[in-house]
Amino acid sequence: MQQPVIKTELLTKRFGSFTAADELTFEVYPGEIFGFLGANGAGKTTAMRMLCGLSLPSSGKATIAGFDIYKQTEKIKQNIGYMSQKFSLYEDLTVIENIRFYAGIYGLSDKEIKAKSNNLLDQLGLQNEAKKLVSELPLGWKQKLSFSVAVIHQPKIVFLDEPTGGVDPVTRRQFWDLIYDASDKGLTVFVTTHYMDEAEYCNRISIMVDGRIEALDTPSNLKKQFSANSMDDVFYQLARGAKRNE
Amino acid sequence: MRTIKFLLQKEFRQIFRNKTLLRSILISPCIQLLILPLAANYEVKNISLAVVDNDHSAYSQKMISKITSSGYFKLTSYNSSFKEAYHQIEEDKADIILEIPAHFERNLVRENEQKLFVAVNAINGTKALLGGGYLANIINNYNNEIRLQWVQPSRFNTAPLIEIASSNWYNPLMNYQIFMVPGILVMLVTMIGGMMCSLNIVKEKEIGTIEQINVTPIKKHHFILGKLIPFWVIGMVVFTLGLLIARFVYHIIPIGNISLLYGFLAVYLLAVLGLGLLISTYSDTQQQAMSITFFFVMIFNLMSGLYTPVESMPNWAQWIAKFNPLSYFIQVMRMVVLKGSEFNDVKPHLIAILGFAIVFNTWAILNYRKRA
Amino acid sequence: MKQLFIFVRKEFYHVFRDRKTLLMLFGLPIAQIVLFGFALTTEIKNAKIVVADYSKDIVSKQIIDKIDASRYFDIEKSLMSHDQIEAAFKEGKIKMAVIFPENFNKNLLHTNKAQIQVIADASDLNTAVTLTNYISSIIGDYQQQMVKNVVLPYRIVPEIRMLYNPQLKGEHTFIPGMMAMIMMLVCVMMTAISIVKEKELGTMEILLVSPFKPLMVILSKFVPYLIISLVNVTSILLLSWIFLHLPIKGSILLLYAVSLLFIITSLAIGLLISIVSQSQQSAMFGSLMATMLPTLLLSGFMFPIENMPLPLQIISNVVPSKWFYIIVKDIMIKGSGFGAIWKETLILVGMTVFLLIISLKKFKIRLE
Repeated sequence: MQQPVIKTELLTKRFGSFTAADELTFEVYPGEIFGFLGANGAGKTTAMRMLCGLSLPSSGKATIAGFDIYKQTEKIKQNIGYMSQKFSLYEDLTVIENIRFYAGIYGLSDKEIKAKSNNLLDQLGLQNEAKKLVSELPLGWKQKLSFSVAVIHQPKIVFLDEPTGGVDPVTRRQFWDLIYDASDKGLTVFVTTHYMDEAEYCNRISIMVDGRIEALDTPSNLKKQFSANSMDDVFYQLARGAKRNE
Repeated sequence: MRTIKFLLQKEFRQIFRNKTLLRSILISPCIQLLILPLAANYEVKNISLAVVDNDHSAYSQKMISKITSSGYFKLTSYNSSFKEAYHQIEEDKADIILEIPAHFERNLVRENEQKLFVAVNAINGTKALLGGGYLANIINNYNNEIRLQWVQPSRFNTAPLIEIASSNWYNPLMNYQIFMVPGILVMLVTMIGGMMCSLNIVKEKEIGTIEQINVTPIKKHHFILGKLIPFWVIGMVVFTLGLLIARFVYHIIPIGNISLLYGFLAVYLLAVLGLGLLISTYSDTQQQAMSITFFFVMIFNLMSGLYTPVESMPNWAQWIAKFNPLSYFIQVMRMVVLKGSEFNDVKPHLIAILGFAIVFNTWAILNYRKRA
Repeated sequence: MKQLFIFVRKEFYHVFRDRKTLLMLFGLPIAQIVLFGFALTTEIKNAKIVVADYSKDIVSKQIIDKIDASRYFDIEKSLMSHDQIEAAFKEGKIKMAVIFPENFNKNLLHTNKAQIQVIADASDLNTAVTLTNYISSIIGDYQQQMVKNVVLPYRIVPEIRMLYNPQLKGEHTFIPGMMAMIMMLVCVMMTAISIVKEKELGTMEILLVSPFKPLMVILSKFVPYLIISLVNVTSILLLSWIFLHLPIKGSILLLYAVSLLFIITSLAIGLLISIVSQSQQSAMFGSLMATMLPTLLLSGFMFPIENMPLPLQIISNVVPSKWFYIIVKDIMIKGSGFGAIWKETLILVGMTVFLLIISLKKFKIRLE
């Protein structure tokens, strides 16, 4: 078996007396698409922010790409990409300016930047929109661009926090095509979502309820385990017992 | 270094793309610099005078015309009674009432002394003090004239006269604009630099783009420098515009060395922007950053020595003023622009500001957390 | 009604959870009163000056002793040349030089006239003027003593009475002006920013599509700022009464009524600014330029309006703070009743109505 790229042990985050993420233990392997499911407020975003080095854990251990989450955050950051729930490209910069900016601060050389941005625009079919301000793009395009920018430095892992909120199923499908492409090239994808059809696209999923991981397996195994017809059913059975619901 | 290049490119693009903001940054200080010195005139002129002349003698008339021709007073009403004149003050139509009692001239001759009644609206204390003083002075001069007319000079002029020859160096015409403009320019540069800088970072916090930056392996001091340099440049530009206005509108030409001025400004801006950065690391919303910045700017401004001299403050306030970067630069502006002071004269100020710059920026970098 | 309550409650959560902002909004008037009451005076104490006595006679000595005895000056005796004085000015070490020329007393005795040279560093004009006045009055006093025995004939003695403010305190103009400034900060700037913020973050649209009337959404935003302003008015009045001993001569009720009116005027300006601004930063700049500065410059509380050039005098009439300042001054210090201020109040009411109509019209257009 391969070395896991994400490995956590009893990882916990408390805000005062509130435990947002409670003793999370799991492993993610290279090239996997790992789905992180849960109702609103279940602690998905908190967990992800800890893994990205945006939030300091209260206790527990974790390594990302072999680096320690407490001491080697800057090393981790070289190896990960992140796309947040809040759409985070600069709206007042153009498409190409955003691409170049992020490529630049990840330390890509001018030559690489040029090649990468051309590739990226081609891949997304955004050549004609390159000089448009990001604020003028439709949401679906922004999301695809945001993802591409998040992986522009070819990280080992990319963290996606509810990447497809608010767009139609076709656009979502297109977005997932991008994810599959990247995954085929060996990228590990860690994605939170609450769309159950998206859960089916993942290799493995974990379901969080009230800050704990209540289930973790492949979608088909989970359906068997809960004798359910769809992921919806699985999710419903688990989430029913949740105490925090917004 | 490469990272900083990309950060700067991004910041400048954003600044230049937001035309409304850019315009306000550049034009508003110019407008202020044009209007403020016109409005900020402490000279007391055109004091409205209400006269109650119960004597109607030639001498009372002459005294009134002496007063009105002085240039300080304008006669707004003749009233038949003090009560009527008082009403003028109540309605803000008069600032000073001069009441000349009946038989003014006769009593002056017979009793050697005659009183006049002056009532001053003293809500504005400074104006009242000056206005009352001018009036007393004019009356005194008039008194001397009468004496000269009525008696032989030798009979009373036995007192020796000590003259005071006063000269006002660096501003011989006592022009308030020369005094105010350099100070106001400092205030504007401080406000714009500090506010823009603190708001900029907090804006990224509010819209969430800062998270995207925080997951990159970017160094904290690179990020801070990327934010600092653009506003440092803007500060320089605003200051230059201000100097040009001072030069061409107010004819204030710095006597001292311009490069000394810019050298000091360069360090000063680092201090002010550092404070802005520091405030931004403590605020979560633009509203918060703004109210905190506004609070400090207001206090700094009042205690800067622009309106009242720092030396006249009580000890505790002078201590606070020592921690006010604004007061140092206002002093230096006056020293270099008006007096032509040299590097050695402003060295203590420069060291103090350098200290502020180091403390604020280090503190800001330490307090800026990529991870909550 | 219940809906309005819910909206108002949401706004209260927003405003009162932000402790830092609240601290600043409530702290600013307090800090300003403390500064104005205790730190900012135009009286200068212990100013460093140099006295160069080239005469060293009895009269010059006596005058120097008199200067030294006053609390205004901290003197250093030194025979400085003009160049040395200039160097000391440039370094900012001294504020003034007083020079007694040679044969000072001799001249006084023989020609009945003598001169003292006073050189002030007028790069700080206020200080220069004040110090020159101090010196003049000290020397004037000395002369008075010299001629004490001589009684002058035909004396006209002006008896000067200072009305309303016999001690000539600065607070009398400052407190009403500060009330206007604080309301500009809270009601215009903070209100405008909080509305534009919802626009920027997109939450405004969610509120506007709710079944609640859009106008009510805006009104509920006003309530917390209105209350903060009233608290500030109260704290300013209380502090100025306790620390600065500034009583309210007129009716407190009238004062609050007028303040409430001005708060509404300010809120209307805030609304208008929020409608035309696209970002919080432009709302802030707009508030600064359109309200703060005019209040500072053209309301008459910092600088007398009658000294300004005519165009500025005319512009000052459209600044609401000017009218508010006049009203508050009249009520607090002169003790005027409604009879004396009805004109100004009417102007303020007119402005408020005008501003409200304009902003509501613009607001509707935006919605359509």
